[in-house]
This record gives sequence, structure tokens and C-alpha cells, in this order.
Amino acid sequence: MGRKLLLDKAHIENIRLYDVYRREGGYRSVEKALKTMSPDAVTEEVKKSGLRGRGGAGFPTGMKWSFLAKPEGVPRYLVVNADESEPGTFKDRYLMEFIPHLLIEGMITSSFALGSNRAYIYIRGEYAWIVDILEQAIQEAKNNGFLGKNILGSGFDCEIYVQRGAGAYICGEETALLESLEGKRGNPRIKPPFPAVKGLWDCPTVVNNVETIAAVVPIINEGGEEYAKIGIGKSTGTKLISACGNIKKQGVYEIDMTISVEEFIYSDEYCGGIANGRKLKACIPGGSSVPILPANLLLTTAKGEKRMMTYESLADGGFATGSMMGSGGFIVLDDTQCVVKHTYTLARFYRHESCGQCSPCREGTGWMEKILLNIENGKGKMSDIDLLWDIQRKIEGNTICPLGDAAAWPVAAAIRHFRDEFEWHITNADEAQRRNYGLMHYADPIHVPVTA
Amino acid sequence: MADEVKKEAPANFKVTIDNITIEVAPGTSILNAARKIGGDVTPPAMCYYSKLQGSGGKCRTCLVEVAAGSTADPRPMPKLVASCRTNVMDGMIVKNITSDRVQDARAGVVEFLLLNHPLDCPICDQAGECHLQDLGYEHGKEGTRYEFKRRTFEKEDIGPYIQLHMTRCILCYRCTYVADQLTDNRVHGILDRGDHAEISTYISKAIDNDFSGNMIDVCPVGALTDKTFRFKNRVWFTKPVDAHRDCDNPKCCGKVTLWQRGDDVLRVTSRKDEWGEVQSYDGKPGWICNICRFDKKKASDWIIEGPTSISRHSVISQGHYEGLQKPKETIAEVMGGRDPKLLMDIHSISDVNSVEIASLPGPATSKTFEKSE
Repeated sequence: MGRKLLLDKAHIENIRLYDVYRREGGYRSVEKALKTMSPDAVTEEVKKSGLRGRGGAGFPTGMKWSFLAKPEGVPRYLVVNADESEPGTFKDRYLMEFIPHLLIEGMITSSFALGSNRAYIYIRGEYAWIVDILEQAIQEAKNNGFLGKNILGSGFDCEIYVQRGAGAYICGEETALLESLEGKRGNPRIKPPFPAVKGLWDCPTVVNNVETIAAVVPIINEGGEEYAKIGIGKSTGTKLISACGNIKKQGVYEIDMTISVEEFIYSDEYCGGIANGRKLKACIPGGSSVPILPANLLLTTAKGEKRMMTYESLADGGFATGSMMGSGGFIVLDDTQCVVKHTYTLARFYRHESCGQCSPCREGTGWMEKILLNIENGKGKMSDIDLLWDIQRKIEGNTICPLGDAAAWPVAAAIRHFRDEFEWHITNADEAQRRNYGLMHYADPIHVPVTA
Repeated sequence: MADEVKKEAPANFKVTIDNITIEVAPGTSILNAARKIGGDVTPPAMCYYSKLQGSGGKCRTCLVEVAAGSTADPRPMPKLVASCRTNVMDGMIVKNITSDRVQDARAGVVEFLLLNHPLDCPICDQAGECHLQDLGYEHGKEGTRYEFKRRTFEKEDIGPYIQLHMTRCILCYRCTYVADQLTDNRVHGILDRGDHAEISTYISKAIDNDFSGNMIDVCPVGALTDKTFRFKNRVWFTKPVDAHRDCDNPKCCGKVTLWQRGDDVLRVTSRKDEWGEVQSYDGKPGWICNICRFDKKKASDWIIEGPTSISRHSVISQGHYEGLQKPKETIAEVMGGRDPKLLMDIHSISDVNSVEIASLPGPATSKTFEKSE
């Protein structure tokens, strides 16, 4: 049984309400930070904890905080990115829905560390009901003196505002989020300048994921060094994984990053194995943007080691044989799933969500979608596969924001690992309309060359 | 920002672009440094416009490779960077045409830009002075690999002066910057997103502002063209002359290029520099007002300064102006009096072909093509 730091109290009845949350030890981190620590000390604790951004990129949070420019007389802002729109990722929703005070508490402590007197939660528009939950929590915190002027007599003022997005995936990109928060069209900004220097209303801003900010609470409560003891290597602490797809028990799991991918999928504590007695074919371990892996490469790395649920292990082998931790959207595909159709679905999503600002992403995503639809409908040509590869290659890295990469990687990985399924779809076009390619060799053990 | 030059900067930065070293002021973008060198070293720019603040970074045609960040930190940048929005550092080494990666990426961007472009150059008023034509010619491939229907949009009327062809738009956003920075109120913008994003006015409101015409000048393609010049003539048949008038509008510089056919003024535009941008006078961009652009269409309205110098490579310089000395045909001479075989005499195909357009004194009109019966 792994340790739980974020969701350990999530199942207590009425934990959503302030009184219960407080009774269960809530807001201790605010008291500790504001009464006994300096803002820099809080940042130092977060640095020591080794906490990495939970939104997808995995950038060390403490380091991000220390990059924040602190010019005199200029306000600084903390913005929480709750625009959780990645297909397959729904961990923040769970956290905000069931234990909203954890986020509020983390925001107050983080705001104190950053010197931000105004913090924003930018929440995706589709999470309409969660806005009410958060606003109720903010009001309760305010009524009990944890928000507003002179919190706990420390002289620190803090207000939290919730802003709903209008339903665009791109607004999860931090600079597009800031544009949208300012009331403009949600187009990503060209970096540099980075938000840490010129963010919201041209002021220094830190944008963090919901889970990252929530994780600040146990870090301050237990100390950064204690937190860093959990996990392996640079993957410290616990991570929320939203598991979905063809598994027995879909849902949000909190894992300490010490278990293997195999254990996560097959143990009864977590996903409980593949549903309906089917076999594991492929998996996207970190939300739709990260490369898909076939079963064999998912469970063991190319070196023949067991793949663990950590940032490093999931990325082992680079994009050639590895993937990414991403945002923790764990999508499992069994042997009845068609990788071509799946890739088409993702391409359609990215075409729809591209902001249209820069040319490679605007035009390339639509092109890839059309080609993939042709292949899926049995109208593909052999040359289409190489064409797809060339298109994704020309999008990746050449765009303003990571959405271009996010659109290119799934297509690249699908072709890299499942090329024969694509080819089968083209050569056996009629049959492909009636049945799926199946598992084939995708779970076969990988040949690991023995080195002397 | 690219054009913010720090005054107190102690020394100039040395930057090497394609093995040519140049000294520029700190705060200069790679693109502007390359423009100082000029020639092939300069990356093409479809969305960046030095006179419009905040423009650039979107089209990705100006991507370059930074082989060394600076003397202090000589690590290369992992990704190609947009040269219009990346400032030079001291000792930076940039590769543009010497980098295969850049050439490959640029060919990709050109392909993407042309993917849904209608390629209706034969009926497009921008043809001949279109930056996308130049870009496609210089960096594009001869064919497309796109086998699908091209994107179309519903036609929209945006007022009496400007014609919008959304199918030709490459979404460079320059016209929105013009509206933001030159006019007092922007009434148009980008609606929708992704490949279905389009330039539009708010509920078909006409664009009507003293300086809205400058959107035509900044548009790199034929998406925004002059309605008063629509289908009047091909630009290479018209003769550009520099002219000026005393304009009452204090924001209007009054210095223009008249595009003439005979003595008729077919079109008035602002004067362009070698990068296709509006020329600056005393550090201020020479934008012109709509009165000068659309209403002063008589040669007598203007004080003519003389012919505009046009780059020899421009298609406009190929215009056959009156009074031009044509080289004589020598084929018959060298072939001993024998004329080469004429494959097809198009004059007999249609009456339209019997008109020698180049020798007309004025613009060709429908009257020119009427049958003389």
C-alpha cells in the first residue's frame, strides 16, 4: 500500500466543507508557513522536496518559483492552471471536486512564498459545477480568516479568484491561459519573455498545475526532505494518475512513484488488470499528447529493465522506445482497439484545438487528420505513411507553443511502433473495415542484445 | 521587442549570420541584423512587419538555426528559432541558408502555407507583388502532396474600399495590428480557431476608418485588396511613380506611389522599401490616409516626383512601358531570312487576343475588347 498525501482524506464525508477539512488537520501548512517561516524558506522547502510540475512538462517547481522576477512595486501573480483538457487526464477535476480546500490551502501557502496578493484559478469552462465548489471553499476560507487582509495576523493579504475558460484546449498552455485570463483571444504568446518575467498584465507570474499547488501542502506540513524520501531518484512524492480505457477499475489513483507499470495495471489495488479478459495491446501513459507504447515496451524498457511509474523510467529510451509521464492520463488499449482509428481520433482533436496562429500547426494538423481518415476508411495509400511521418516531422519543434509537438508525437509514435498495423489497414482495406488487426506481436518479449 | 533599441547599451553586439559577421546594437532581432547584411542571408518574413509592434513569430518562415547562443554561453539552441522575435546576443552564430535543417523546415512551412491557398494568382490583384508568390518561388517545391479539397469560406463584404478574400489569407495578423495601432477602433479580428480561423468583422460591420486602407499595404497576400483597383489592371502593366500632396490629415504623410497607366492613376499606395514594408520618413512609418488612397485618383491631385525605382528582379520591372526601346527580333536575321515555325497563332483563336494590351495608351476596359463591327 503506497503512501497517500493528497487523497488520503478525500473519502471522509463532507471533506468538501471547511469545518470537516479543518478538523482533519487542514490549513496547518498555512499556519506553519505564515507564522514560523519566511517566504524564501517556503520556496526552499519546495526546492528540497524535488517536486516537479504535475501539468505535463515535469519542470522542478522550486526552480520555477525562484526564477520569478521580483521588481519593487510591481505586483506578482500566482495562476493555477485548472484548464485540464488533455484527453485522458481528469485528476485535477477529482481533486477540486472532492477536496477543494486542499487547493485553496496550497494556493495561500504558495502565494505567501511568491509574494502574490492575488491568485487566480483558471478553470476549464466545461467544469462549470466545480466553479461553485471552489467559490464556496474560497468563501469559507475567507470567513475563517485564511483569505483576505492580514491573514492570521501575519500582515499578508491574499485573494483568490476563479475564472472560467470558454472551452479551448489551447488555454491550458500557460501563455494562452494568461491571454485568456486577460480577456483576450487565447493565443499562446511568443517566448521569451517568459511568464516569470512578463506574465499576467505584464507582471511576473507563476503558472502551476492544480496538483502541483496541492502538493505544496504536504511538503510544508512534513518538510521538503521528508517528501523527497518518497519515490525514486528525481521522481519524488506522490502523483495522481487518472487511469482509463480497457481496464477493470478506471479512476484516479494516487501512487508514490515506486511501483512498476505492470503492477499499476494488473494489481487489484490499482487498475485491476485488463477488462473482459482481453490482453494489453498498447498504452498512452501520460495523456493523449505523449507517445503511445506497445505492450512490450510499456512493461519493460528497451534495455530489458522493468518500467516504473516514474518520470525517468517512463521516458527511458527517449521517443524511440520510451514515452513520458506527462499529465498522468493513463489510457490503456486492449487487443480489440485499432491504433489507426485511435490515432485518427487524436489527430482530429488536435486539428480542432489548434489555435491557428502559426502555420505548421494550423495547416499540418488538418492535413494529418484527413490522411488518417483516408487510411481508416480504407482509402489510404502506402505512401501516406511516409507522408504522415514527414508532416509530423515538419510540425514538431517548429511551432510557437507545445501544441504542435503534442499533435505530432502521437502520430509519430503510432507510426514508429505500429507501422505494420497501418500497412495492414492499407493492404487489407476491406478486411480492415470489418475487423481489427488484433494484438499480433505487440506484446512479444523484446530481444535485448547481450553486451559483454 | 525587436525594435526597442537600448540607448544606454555600451557596445555593439557581434553576430555572425551565414559566416558573415556584422555589428548591431543590442536589442536587434536576428532578422533585422540579417536585413542589414541583405541578400540571400535575410530570412523571408511573411508575418513580421517592423513598423507594427508585436507582429511576427507566427508564420515560421523566418526560422533559423542558432549554432552558438553567445560568447558567454556558446551552447546551440536546440530548436530552430523565429529570427524576427529572437534578439541577437554578443558572439551569436546564426545559420540560415547554410543550414539544411532550416531549409528543410522552411520548405515545410511554405508547403503548409500553400496547402489551402487557392493559387488563383491569374485572377488575383496581388499577383506580381505578392510575398507568397515570391516565397513559393524561392523556397517552395514544384508540386503539392495535398490531395484534398481546399478550404473555402463564405464571402463577406467588409465595406466599400477593401475586398476580403479569406481563402487567400495566411493569418499573419498584420491587418489586426494596423487596426490596433493606426486606427482608433478595431472592428475586425480573427474569429474561430485552427484551420477554420478567419478574418472577419464583428457581424459584417464595414471597416470604415481614415487609415484602414493601410491594411491593404501590409497584407502579404491577396486577402485584402483595393476595391477601387479591383480587376483594373495587372500591376506589371502599370507604371509606378512617386508623388506627394499636402494632406490635411496630420497623421498622413502624403508621400505615395501612384500606379499609372498612361496618365490615368489606377491605384495609390504608400511607398514601399526593399522589404516590401512602408517606408519611414524621419523615423516615422509613412502610412497614408484613405482620402489619399481612394479618392485622389487624378494625376492633377498630385505633385509627381518621378518614376519609382523598383527592384530589377521584381515582376513589376518587366512592365513594357511606352517609350521603351525594345530589342529587335534577330531570329529571322540569323536564320537567313527564315521565320521560326509558329506553333499556334492565338490571334485567330479569340477576338480578345487581337488586342495588343501593352500598346494601349490607357487601361484596358471592356470597351477595348468590344467587337468592331
